[in-house]
Amino acid sequence: MSAEHLPTLGELALEVRSKNAGPFWVTMELFMRDAEGYALVADEEFLDEDVVARLYDLDPADILFFRIPELNVVKVSFPRPVAQGSLRDRDVHAGQHHVPLAALVPGRR
Amino acid sequence: MSSTPAPPEEVRILVPSGMLGGGFPAGTVERGLALGADVIAVDGGSTDSGPHYLGSATAKTSAAAVARDLRSLLGASATAGIPLVIGSCGTGGTDAGVDWVAGIVEGIVREQGLALTVARIYSEQDAADLVAQLDAGRIHPLAPQGPLDAATLESCTHIVGMMGAEPIMEALEAGADVVLAGRATDTAVIAAVPLMRGMPAGPTWHAAKIVECGGQCTTDPRSGGVLATIDAGGFTIEPLDPAVACTPTSVAAHMLYETVDPFQMREPAGTLLVREATYRALDERRVRVEGSRFEPADQHTIKLEGARISGYATMSFSAIRDPHILGSIENWAALLEQVLTARVRQTLGISPPEYEIDLRLYGYDAVLESIDPATGPPREVGVMLLVHAADQATATSVAKIANPLMLHLPTRDMAYLPSLAFAYSPAETERGPSYEFALHHVVDVDSPTGMFRLRLPEGATR
Repeated sequence: MSAEHLPTLGELALEVRSKNAGPFWVTMELFMRDAEGYALVADEEFLDEDVVARLYDLDPADILFFRIPELNVVKVSFPRPVAQGSLRDRDVHAGQHHVPLAALVPGRR
Repeated sequence: MSSTPAPPEEVRILVPSGMLGGGFPAGTVERGLALGADVIAVDGGSTDSGPHYLGSATAKTSAAAVARDLRSLLGASATAGIPLVIGSCGTGGTDAGVDWVAGIVEGIVREQGLALTVARIYSEQDAADLVAQLDAGRIHPLAPQGPLDAATLESCTHIVGMMGAEPIMEALEAGADVVLAGRATDTAVIAAVPLMRGMPAGPTWHAAKIVECGGQCTTDPRSGGVLATIDAGGFTIEPLDPAVACTPTSVAAHMLYETVDPFQMREPAGTLLVREATYRALDERRVRVEGSRFEPADQHTIKLEGARISGYATMSFSAIRDPHILGSIENWAALLEQVLTARVRQTLGISPPEYEIDLRLYGYDAVLESIDPATGPPREVGVMLLVHAADQATATSVAKIANPLMLHLPTRDMAYLPSLAFAYSPAETERGPSYEFALHHVVDVDSPTGMFRLRLPEGATR
């Protein structure tokens, strides 16, 4: 690993966010600054179902990807491992679940 | 208002905020009326804050906050002679939630001497009726849920059906000025009046989705409401705060918010399809949207939401600042669980799953647990112990057995007893019943209004 700081997706994006989409799903969005940033996160070699499955401990088959060039957005949705507000749910609105995604560093898969 | 004139060229909907009780800046409603609003629509609830509100049939918002918003909205409805539609009353949309909002409305109507006919639409469902539907093969799971059984339906404290626009239209056609709906789709509340007045379904449902959270579709999500103008060819969105703008990006991006799929959205009557929609700036503040489509479904479906009591919880909260314990916090937590489980078995004669413990290390990994990307010792840790059992007394007994451990448990290598920082006294807080969402299913229905009960005041006429 080099000493040079490589920017994370959180630093490259305008915003990385997560939110519940009903009680049984989580959805996350990477809002990139421009077409160049979008190209980075829309690249399936860098970010796909397998990467998200590894970050979030999920089955890749459960993950939905939406790549939206008009908005420079990549959106990812998946079923919540624990239903919203149930025993052992620690993030009722799933609003902090973007952090592992935002910590990804392009160029270091 | 009772005769049926030719369809208007456009219908304007004023959405003052994303939620009744959320408040909106002074001038929001006045500006919407000045722009020619034909209806005021606002959402009164959601599942967004968790299963407690549906399960207990209580509201998340305070009566004072709801009353503050209603004073302004009811006054505007009466003055301008335009309907006011409120959906998902009382957060969960239960019958008690509708009656709770109705009680507040009645107080204001009386106090201000307003001449308004107030309709209630109840959406709560009887488990026995739904079991019959289940047996007839008319209830289907939505992903990621599996098939339903009768016991699950019967275990719910409250079940609501999510109405589309039709029951609201029925209430308005029956002469209501104010419609207080039980659980409804966020969009149905907004779509009812434009659909009634002949506006096309695609732009109507799409506009409804865009404005359902009020200022969220503007450049300042904290700002006041928005106005949607729907016509035969599309719709236009304009913020009601003159200092705020809608841009093609702020409007299009709202399709992403809290949706699994940003390009299609199922409503009871069909599916909104927006992949071909175009978003164009009319000027610096207004956005024009065209190309939205609505595909009617072969089968009208009503989505069910239900919540049930999963047990009773007691919480205890302590905190650790000692760097030595923090250096091996995971081992300390594992030791606590191990000692606690043994002492509970010895004292109460029970073991998991007769009770469950959820030990959360706030400041370390409480929120994300094993998927947390961070490493390194924390500066301090809040230790939350949640005990969950079939009854409150058992949950509290377990939490009390944990009390000396939450205060004095050392790591295995410490030769003395530390004293940790309880956040308050008494350390145990009884949280009462814990609820969980139990349904994510739809029912096939023959009539879009059949599962909902409309109630108008005695003597109300068309």
